[in-house]
Amino acid sequence: MRDVRFLKCMFAASTVLAACVFLVSGILFAQTPEELMVAAGSPGRFGGSLTIALRSEPKTLNPALASDASSQDVIYCMNSDLIHINRQTQKTEPALAKSWSVSRDGLTYTLNLRRGLRFSDGQRFNADDVIFSFRVYLDENVHSPQRDLLIVGGKPISVEKIDDYTVRFRLAQPYAAAERLFDGFPILPRHLLEAAYRNGGFSQAWGISMQSSQFAGLGPYRLKEYVPGQRLVLERNPFYWKEDSAGKRLPYLDEITFLFVPSEDAQVIRFESGETDVLSRFSAEDYSVLARQAAARNYHLNDLGPGLEYNFLFFNLNDLSTKNLAQIGKKQTWFRDLRFRQAVSAAIDRRAIVRLVYEGRAMPLASQVTPGNKLWLDPSIAPPSHSPARARALLKSAGFSWKPDGSLVDPQGNPVEFSILTSSSNVQRTKMATLIQNDLSQLGMNTHVVSLDFGAMVDRLLNSFDYEAAIMGLADGDADPNTEMNVWLSSGETHLWHLNEAHPSTPWEAELDRLMNEQLVTLNYAKRKQLYDRVQQIVAQELPIICLASPDILVGAKNRVGNFHPVILDPYVLWNVDQLYVR
Amino acid sequence: MMHRYKLWTLLILLAGFHALILFAGFFAPYNFSAQDRDFPYAAPSRMHFVDAQGKLHLRPFVYGLKDDPNTFGAYLPDTRGIYPLRFFVTGAPYKIAGLFSSHLHLFGVDDPARIFLMGTDDFGRDQFSRFLYGGQISLAAGLIAAALSLSLGIIIGSLAGFYGGWIDAALMRGGEMFLALPWLYLLFAVRAALPLHVSQWQVFLLLVAVIGLIGWAPPARLIRGVVLSAKERYFVTAARGFGASDFYLLRRHVLPQTYSVVLTQMTLLIPQYILAEVTLTFLGLGVGEPMPSWGSLLASLQQYYVLSSYWWMFLPVMLLVPIFFAYSMTADALQERLKSIPL
Repeated sequence: MRDVRFLKCMFAASTVLAACVFLVSGILFAQTPEELMVAAGSPGRFGGSLTIALRSEPKTLNPALASDASSQDVIYCMNSDLIHINRQTQKTEPALAKSWSVSRDGLTYTLNLRRGLRFSDGQRFNADDVIFSFRVYLDENVHSPQRDLLIVGGKPISVEKIDDYTVRFRLAQPYAAAERLFDGFPILPRHLLEAAYRNGGFSQAWGISMQSSQFAGLGPYRLKEYVPGQRLVLERNPFYWKEDSAGKRLPYLDEITFLFVPSEDAQVIRFESGETDVLSRFSAEDYSVLARQAAARNYHLNDLGPGLEYNFLFFNLNDLSTKNLAQIGKKQTWFRDLRFRQAVSAAIDRRAIVRLVYEGRAMPLASQVTPGNKLWLDPSIAPPSHSPARARALLKSAGFSWKPDGSLVDPQGNPVEFSILTSSSNVQRTKMATLIQNDLSQLGMNTHVVSLDFGAMVDRLLNSFDYEAAIMGLADGDADPNTEMNVWLSSGETHLWHLNEAHPSTPWEAELDRLMNEQLVTLNYAKRKQLYDRVQQIVAQELPIICLASPDILVGAKNRVGNFHPVILDPYVLWNVDQLYVR
Repeated sequence: MMHRYKLWTLLILLAGFHALILFAGFFAPYNFSAQDRDFPYAAPSRMHFVDAQGKLHLRPFVYGLKDDPNTFGAYLPDTRGIYPLRFFVTGAPYKIAGLFSSHLHLFGVDDPARIFLMGTDDFGRDQFSRFLYGGQISLAAGLIAAALSLSLGIIIGSLAGFYGGWIDAALMRGGEMFLALPWLYLLFAVRAALPLHVSQWQVFLLLVAVIGLIGWAPPARLIRGVVLSAKERYFVTAARGFGASDFYLLRRHVLPQTYSVVLTQMTLLIPQYILAEVTLTFLGLGVGEPMPSWGSLLASLQQYYVLSSYWWMFLPVMLLVPIFFAYSMTADALQERLKSIPL
């Protein structure tokens, strides 16, 4: 009897022991602990959902193929990158890489990945996914829109796996702020996409209409449902790698619904009526309309001040010798004369643009760097002044004169007449053109405003060069000069006023080339700032583009949206989507 | 008897209205392109008789405007000074029918005050002046296009009706083909293919030509019908028997009988073509900034914030309604009256 009891006790004890051993070994060996990142900011409430309007349906959910704003907004919510630009501080912070080190020569970046993370389908994440992702982004056959960013010094960045959680990137030459590059390269799940990549089917992979089970990412949300023409619904990713300061795993929201609402007016009306919870990318006029109802309908609006978009007027300074455009060629003698461009710049009433086009919700610009770009703005550049008298004096010194009826003629006696091209879909720029037309008519210049649809306009600007002057807007992608390389290098693809230059055609364009190339390989911020300040001074001085105004970033949200901290960097309201919650 | 009065009243109304548009420079206080950049979207000026001190003035006056410090783009009356309405003032120079230049305006107020009878648009331009000047483009387009399409209609319709046979078949089938073409899209295509430097005049002529040339088929069909029956009348056959030539027959006996159809068609087509011009300009195919046309005055109503915030932007629409109404009533009255005249 006792023996039996003893045996029973022994058996029970050994079972408990075995269980303990199994448990401990399970923790120690089978499961790597998750290295979660603690997100700064105040903790929120779990549950609830948000509804957001998108201007168009996303074309794809494949991060390596998306180039439209709608796709990028959704992809942002579903994916994560190695190193992230904090949209609020405009500086980099650890993301999937918990830390990184740079070699002394600035050529090697070693990234240490977080351990124990899982994709939204529960599969593990490690260095192989990183290697695979960058192989895809670098593959010429994939035609990824981000690929150019990975070509440094004419050579693609090379990626190498050190161990399961360490990756090394090598650059051909030093590259300033190279860690900013990693933002915008979401990590793809190798287990889901490698087969398609090997079969050559990558360009179709992750099209928007695929089953939600075929998607997985490291972002805060994952795909739940897509209804063509109506909506796309994301749900909470239970494996997300961030926790709040209270130690609870983010994100807070159960669901995000993106509605496809094709026009700005319709988006504004839906927000006003309470159908959507947050709103961004709307005009100053709509801001005033919405502001009237804000208190009654429990939403609030924020004017975040000028963003990074700069609108400008520029003249066609292209080499037209191979084109059959003699008429425009003749006018280029005016456009090439700095005094002519200065006169036009002095004649433009930028305060009127700010007032009439943006209801005061914008800033006049003297150079391409907007007041919103706090790290790079050169404060020594004088704000643009409006002086028709100075414009007249400049034109006179350049040999222009006025006929008795007040119209301006050039030294050869030809009347000064040219057209200004704008995009008909952009109401603001068309309005600017009408204001500028009126300003220039005070100088006796006869200008025509021609608004074409965006495609036709771009074709004239980039291919046929059949235009005289145009108004355009660009936005510095991430508030760093490097994303502006293609604008200021004389060989750049967005060097709009004079494309395909074999050699810089003016001394100041040669200096711009030198400065931009030098800042690219300078690692010290203060030195880079000096170089880029000089770039701004040259732009303000030589006026290859005549900068006009930078609109404020305007956003709105229902009062019930918590942790709503909009910023001037894209995506303005969704940048901290993992921390948004419903009160 | 009643019809007679009705027709004359309508004709005088229309004539007066056309005179208003023709002499836009005189009746409009400002130039159509003059921007008052301090006052975008100003509401229509309010006329006062009693000033801030409670004193009564026999001559109506306006106050100057100042910015409302609380709301952007809203203005408050500046009651420190009063600006009485004056008649026959000198102001911005203008030309009437491109011939006579003048400085004289029917009414105005002293600087710095402004009188905006219909408010201002997004550039602070006086809507009333732009409405009058815009009428020049729209009415001219309607009138010229109607004349053009009617003359074509008369020529083609009478040829088809008079000769019959294969000429008739060819012309009428051609007309049907014209009716079936998707003109709006063709217009978009033509506009995109045009060079950038198209002067306002060229655009205007193109617009008129297109509207006028497209519309000939319906009047041509009507006229063909009238000619068809007219040429069978006994006096026409008799004249033919006396050896009259085709041209003589058409001119003396057949065409005069189409007179009532042509007149009523004219009054019907003019408002229709004005509307066509308004539509095309609304869609951005008409004359460009800063030239106004009724279509470009309506174009801003496409935006939600204009619809919901600035009621005076609707005023041009309100004014167009009675004009079109007058035209169609004239057509009615004309038809009634012409019916009673024996041919």
